[in-house]
Amino acid sequence: MFAENQYDASIPIYQQIVIRIKEQIFMKTWKPGEKIPAVRDLALSMGVNPNTMQKALMELEREGLLYAERTTGRFVTSDSALIESTHKEAAHRMIREFLERMEKLGYQKEDIKKEIERIE
Amino acid sequence: MENLICLEHVSKSYSKYPVLNDLSLTIGKGRIVGVLGPNGCGKTTLFKILAGLIHDYSGNITIEGHRPDIHTKSILSYLPEKTYFENETSIKTTISLFNDFYSDFDKEKALDMLNRFRLTPDMRLKSMSKGMQEKLQLILVMSRSAKVYLLDEPLSGVDPATRDTILDTILTNYNENATVILSTHLIYDVERIFDDVILMGYGHLIAADSADNIRAQSGKSLDEYFREVFKC
Repeated sequence: MFAENQYDASIPIYQQIVIRIKEQIFMKTWKPGEKIPAVRDLALSMGVNPNTMQKALMELEREGLLYAERTTGRFVTSDSALIESTHKEAAHRMIREFLERMEKLGYQKEDIKKEIERIE
Repeated sequence: MENLICLEHVSKSYSKYPVLNDLSLTIGKGRIVGVLGPNGCGKTTLFKILAGLIHDYSGNITIEGHRPDIHTKSILSYLPEKTYFENETSIKTTISLFNDFYSDFDKEKALDMLNRFRLTPDMRLKSMSKGMQEKLQLILVMSRSAKVYLLDEPLSGVDPATRDTILDTILTNYNENATVILSTHLIYDVERIFDDVILMGYGHLIAADSADNIRAQSGKSLDEYFREVFKC
């Protein structure tokens, strides 16, 4: 639990948890409308402090990817359009980072497209 | 967030050597707090004062509104740095002792944890490794249902696998009505467990903030931040 998880300690931990959970949602490991595990269990399985996990879950609630029902627990949103748009946004952010770094190597978009085709 | 512990202008000297120098801070309920600082910076003295073992200090300390006294001792579970059991003592005896002394001691929980840590009641301290002794002491302290758990260097001198087991135990036992305060040198391995951090240097308070705030403001890990603050 503690050992199986690696985090970059120079970035707030809860932000990294937010990213991990988003990945679960994008990849449909957690399906739309599905109930998510309790804070405590999640915290344990991700090897972090329950308060940190709570902070991450509240952030996800703020973004609309999760919602809480007072007595029943927390659920993934059923709003597939929102999940899709957040997914795209995350992908675009990564692509932009990638393009910036490739530019430093002297590669423009067209060259990159060609190289992508070439790679297995 | 309620404040469980309040310190106001606390000072303590040993023969004119100031170990704690005008320390003021608050610690909330349901938090896992790291007390970090170089050797000799006053961490153990602070813990002993909170545990009610040192009484001659100046300033105000309240734990759940009380000065350290019989009541606070009953809601505070202290794990000292040094083993205090005699070598001949068996694990079974230590459990009996704790069971007798503390009304909030959960014997079943202790036996269960012993099992999970692969210790048996008939083992004697003298034949146990340092790691095994650390695990035992942690089990005894965590089997009480206290409001404050004070763990003084629970991770020093144990191997990485034991460290992880100890951290898992702390996380598993988390309860939002209690607070765990632990001191360590091993910041790098352990820092993600902390909600809040108290950074002490030479008796002074250098920083007291949430771990994520320190990370966000400094752009560093707690380990890097510590190194920067204390580099010679």
